[in-house]
Amino acid sequence: MEKVEVRYDNKIVKYFAYATITWGIIGMLVGLIAALQLAFPDFFNDYLGYKYISFGRIRPLHTNAVIFAFVGNAIFTGVYYSLQRLLKTRMWSDKLSYLNFWGWQLIIVSAVITLPMGFTSSKEYAELEWPIDIAITIMWVVFGWNMFATILVRRVKHLYVAIWFYLATFVTVAVLHVFNSFEIPVSFMKSYSWYSGVTDALVQWWYGHNAVAFFLTTPFLGLMYYFVPKAANRPVYSYKLSIIHFWALIFLYIWAGPHHLLYSSLPDWAQSLGVVFSIMLIAPSWGGMLNGLLTLRGVWDKVRDSAVLKFFVVALTAYGMATFEGPMLSLKNINSITHFTDWIVAHVHVGGLGWNGMLIFGMMYYLFPKLYKVKLYSQSLANAHFWIATLGILLWTIPMYWAGFSQGLMWQEFNPDGTLTYPDFLSTVTALEPFYIMRSFGGLIYIIGVLLMAYNIRKTVKSGTFVKEEVVEVTPTIEKKKKEKGEHWHRVIERKPVRLLVFSFIVIAIGGAVEIIPTMAVESNIEKISQVKPFTPLEVEGRDIYIREGCVGCHSQMVRPLRFETERYGEYSKAGEFVYDHPFLWGSKRTGPDLAREGGLRSDSWHYTHMIMPKQISPGSIMPAYPWLADDDLYTGHLEKKINVLRGLGVPYPEGYEKEALSDLQKQANKIAENVIRDISKENSNVQVSDIAGKEIIALIAYLQRLGTDIKAVPAEETELETSMK
Amino acid sequence: MSEISGIEIYPIIALLIFVIFFVVMLWRMYKMTKAETDMYSQLPLLEDDEVIDTNDTKE
Repeated sequence: MEKVEVRYDNKIVKYFAYATITWGIIGMLVGLIAALQLAFPDFFNDYLGYKYISFGRIRPLHTNAVIFAFVGNAIFTGVYYSLQRLLKTRMWSDKLSYLNFWGWQLIIVSAVITLPMGFTSSKEYAELEWPIDIAITIMWVVFGWNMFATILVRRVKHLYVAIWFYLATFVTVAVLHVFNSFEIPVSFMKSYSWYSGVTDALVQWWYGHNAVAFFLTTPFLGLMYYFVPKAANRPVYSYKLSIIHFWALIFLYIWAGPHHLLYSSLPDWAQSLGVVFSIMLIAPSWGGMLNGLLTLRGVWDKVRDSAVLKFFVVALTAYGMATFEGPMLSLKNINSITHFTDWIVAHVHVGGLGWNGMLIFGMMYYLFPKLYKVKLYSQSLANAHFWIATLGILLWTIPMYWAGFSQGLMWQEFNPDGTLTYPDFLSTVTALEPFYIMRSFGGLIYIIGVLLMAYNIRKTVKSGTFVKEEVVEVTPTIEKKKKEKGEHWHRVIERKPVRLLVFSFIVIAIGGAVEIIPTMAVESNIEKISQVKPFTPLEVEGRDIYIREGCVGCHSQMVRPLRFETERYGEYSKAGEFVYDHPFLWGSKRTGPDLAREGGLRSDSWHYTHMIMPKQISPGSIMPAYPWLADDDLYTGHLEKKINVLRGLGVPYPEGYEKEALSDLQKQANKIAENVIRDISKENSNVQVSDIAGKEIIALIAYLQRLGTDIKAVPAEETELETSMK
Repeated sequence: MSEISGIEIYPIIALLIFVIFFVVMLWRMYKMTKAETDMYSQLPLLEDDEVIDTNDTKE
């Protein structure tokens, strides 16, 4: 067959690589700020208490920046580089390539602007509001379209396994993103989730878990299957194993989401499915890790000299550790200790800093010398980065494991007389402060490593010449299909990649469908409780402030049916309590106590003072202060629309209620304001009801005082009876 | 769940899908020859052999 000339586009790879490093540094710095806020809360409250950088808003910015900006751009870097070379063709469309690049950066910038402003859906790793969700969908389609079209015009017959992982990534992320983002807009930057309570939780964690699986894992396994053999100059240890790895992994992963909701109000059968599939996941995960590590058999001496291989080895080891730990954490007995604690945060960072971070660094050290046709500026600096990064990971994760384990046990500890040893939640938090300081130090070290890499790469770039297009002559091993006269357009499309795409879709759809459809369709899964009523207009507004400030990042609303939980918080949470929660706010981390039964526990004025300066009322508290809530007027311009949208979603507000909502809101606000004034007027007699009734803080207090009160209003036996009767 | 008529068939179908999926996959793996897998696994390593010029268009 005739040889053809191909020009690989290196410029797009360079663009994405620069974006990866830039956003990586920014995302990690934001993470460091969040870590410091927990380590030195007083300093931040006293000197840097700005609403735009308060912990609840900064934390989602950190997670979004590292996942979608740092890791996302790294995925594109690796895919755009390897895809062209594996298929011996340039990307199908330069226009789509650069649209993908600029569109993605625009999405990131919009996240950087909107998250600190408090525009959030509150669903973890899917916080961005609906207009950005639409933009993400479009950009993802642009990426997939370009990738798929490139596959169709390829010059090699067989699709290397890395590309299978890329395709599965594209299909699954598309499905996850679309289904989890069903939301009804209220205004330009506000929407309510289409799902409520238990269903919302299940869909969210089906998404959240598989965002880890199909954004942080499968694309990186594809990159691993390309870059590890390249860097070691050896074929993958077992190609058969890689195929088994692929199918088993995508088949099993999609089922495991419910392990994020163990002991919650999710139906038991769904929890059990999540556990079983999580345990099974060890097999393909470790198959992949071993396949990667064994690729280095016989060339381990190279690892001593090559920084790139060192990074890959630690990345694979971290992958192995995280994928062993994950299934262990999904065992109910272990989960009851670790869930809601810093252990989970440590687990995530073994994956994030170890697996994703180290693989990205190795890839960057591999790519830049190739792109600039020059040797790396300094191997010893790269080696130094390796050791600093490894040390950073250890210093980050070990204190957090320790913190998580200690706190988990403290929550469970009982005195011989049957009372809790640490009834005051705060005492289990202040005990963690040294660990939070150590963790920040670990993070700082890790970032210093990244800065060393940036310097090393800058020097490398300066000394080389950029190869904008790599020109190669290739011998196609696949015949170009020409469209014959009268032939159906379908024939033109190569059938195998389409088949692969369809099979991948079917395989990932099975697990999601089996878990989600029955939860939504079978009524007995979510028992109705007649006492549970919709939120009042003021509470709806308060809930939206709760969402805006990211309270869900530190406070759960899910009392698990465990003795140490019911002893501390009260009756365990039931599925029927959350039917009007659009979105659900169960949370996944307790840096502060659970709030599911908060209503009526404390006075309105307690909340008022506490919100303005938490440590004044609970000394030692690490909660950020929210003084702006007492200054800012509550905006009620969207109240009518909110009531209408919620009614449309099934919340039983009577027809026409939206017109009365505002006056109900004012009545309730005045009452709370009166309560507050009565208690605090001794110190400050000048404050009038009208001064504070219209403030945001009043709405938030209304919401907090409502939590759990519906179910408290009836004796416990009655609700049990009610649910069992249905 | 026990109230739903015909629910018993669900776990059986689920188990069948699961078993069939893995049997088919493993069977296909078993049928692959060494020549095939060797060829496939070489794919990322072969590509550089024919680089003719990496330096004609600079920026």
